[in-house]
Amino acid sequence: MLKIGVPSKGRLMEKTFDWFGARGVAMGKAGDDREYSGRVEGVPGCELVLLSAGEIPRELAAGRIHLGVTGTDLIREKLADWPTQVAEVAPLGFGFADLIIAVPVTWIDVDTLDDLDAVAAQFRARHGQRLRIATKYHRLVRDFLREAGVAEYQLVDSQGATEGTVRNLTAEAVADITSSGETLRANHLKVLSDSVVLRSQAELFAARAAPWGKAERAALAALCARLGVAVPVV
Amino acid sequence: MPIAPAARAEAARLFDAFREAGAVPVETDILQPAETLLDLYGEDIRARAYVTTDPLRGEMMLRPDFTVPVVQMHMAHGADPARYCYMGEVFRRQDHAGPRASEYLQVGYEVFTRDAPAQAEAEVFALFDDLLAPLRPKAAMGDIGLLVAAVEGLGTTARRKAALLRHIWRPRRFRALMDRFAGCTPAPAARLRLLERLATGQPAELMAQAGPHLGLREPDEIAERAVALLEDAATPAIAAREADLIDDLLRLSAPAPQALERLEDLGVDMPSIRPAVGRLATRLEAMEKAGVWLRQVTFEASHGRSTLEYYDGFVFSFFSDRAGIPPIASGGRYDALTRVLGGGREIPAVGGVIRPGVVAALKGAA
Repeated sequence: MLKIGVPSKGRLMEKTFDWFGARGVAMGKAGDDREYSGRVEGVPGCELVLLSAGEIPRELAAGRIHLGVTGTDLIREKLADWPTQVAEVAPLGFGFADLIIAVPVTWIDVDTLDDLDAVAAQFRARHGQRLRIATKYHRLVRDFLREAGVAEYQLVDSQGATEGTVRNLTAEAVADITSSGETLRANHLKVLSDSVVLRSQAELFAARAAPWGKAERAALAALCARLGVAVPVV
Repeated sequence: MPIAPAARAEAARLFDAFREAGAVPVETDILQPAETLLDLYGEDIRARAYVTTDPLRGEMMLRPDFTVPVVQMHMAHGADPARYCYMGEVFRRQDHAGPRASEYLQVGYEVFTRDAPAQAEAEVFALFDDLLAPLRPKAAMGDIGLLVAAVEGLGTTARRKAALLRHIWRPRRFRALMDRFAGCTPAPAARLRLLERLATGQPAELMAQAGPHLGLREPDEIAERAVALLEDAATPAIAAREADLIDDLLRLSAPAPQALERLEDLGVDMPSIRPAVGRLATRLEAMEKAGVWLRQVTFEASHGRSTLEYYDGFVFSFFSDRAGIPPIASGGRYDALTRVLGGGREIPAVGGVIRPGVVAALKGAA
């Protein structure tokens, strides 16, 4: 059986069902709305696995599902050396969000990463500690800032309400996902003009470590033909 | 992958040689407090070291190198002068699949002494050179102190020099700053817009217009930097001649005796590097006396940038020209590190590590 992991609730689940549905692959929850099992119609040999969106990268990496729908951001954050673990099948065109870096609006002297770096040096000299950036995207932000040559900062973990950390004095800046920027504005933060760490959207991935038998490969080929996408090399 | 018996045997042999050279064997904990290392190396160390949690001591790291704990131990209760040697595993997190080991042996030798820095440097280099000679490795050396002296001698503001010095270990960033300060690349559009906006009013007014103030960074810090940015925009560019000299210096790579001649020539136009060039001459002389064949050592002015952040003077490495093999040994002078970890005290220090696993692999392949 070709196991397809899909987010188990919310708009991400609905939009995923819509995307497959529009291409002739009907997906839906089985029975009761609270039951986490589902059905796939239109391509034989496929099984739907409903999972929390955040767990899909891990399940793909472990090869417990063959295909999975999740955000580009989560794959790149959670999986080390991600191209060795998953193959990209298709971008789904929804769930758009940018991972950005934001600072207080009153930092009138700061507009770019260059400024952020200079402020980090100034901040450390004055306060005796590194400038703190609150985020849950440690790998992505660290790689991005290293590449940009920003030094003397420190990441602090924030798994939610990240925009509030500056007000609460637990961070000086934040790195978070934003789609419209409203939460940032409401918290008096502004986005650095060159700080798009990643443009993310929902994407269909294939797991390299999954058991790819004859039946699964046949189902994958049939599914890709129906979806109108190239068969990934896994 | 477990550490090979050949690597262990090689480690024991090198360790004995370091003891024979007069070093006192020392041990350090494998679990090191994360805070000290983070404060020294910054966030990048998290990507390179294993972080774990101790219920009582908080965040800890699996020893990514020996230098920091050895310096701490020396600063707490070391004799003066002192020579130490150590042997053990270090742990480096690898984010990419590949041949790089995440756990391997290091054997090291460190000298803490206030006298004759050139002799101490020559002693470490010659000892390594001698022990590794059967492998016929390539040897390279550099001197971060030369770069620092060259930047300090630039005819520009203290602020610009500080920015360059901060990024001396990040060659690309250093290059970008240098190009901007020398007027080779224009200020980015975003910076020009920022400057335009800053010129429209007093910082306090602009901040008030922007919205309510949040966070630990105080308004006076913001105002101070806003003023500094405007001042900097009015600062004349670093003269092209001076920028070219820095380029000449950074590009220098030649057998040590020729490099010294070239640096003496450069010193005519860059008087600020003359003391550092003098120290290099003394060091080379001491190395030769210690039996090093200088023509076989490449001096690269950029050597050690980007990899050896705590070194602040003489740096060196021994490596094989076989592809995909990490350096066999590396080391250098790290006086500033003893100052940072010494809590008000400091002592000149120089040392290095050999990777016995690489030595064993090269011997096995020979």
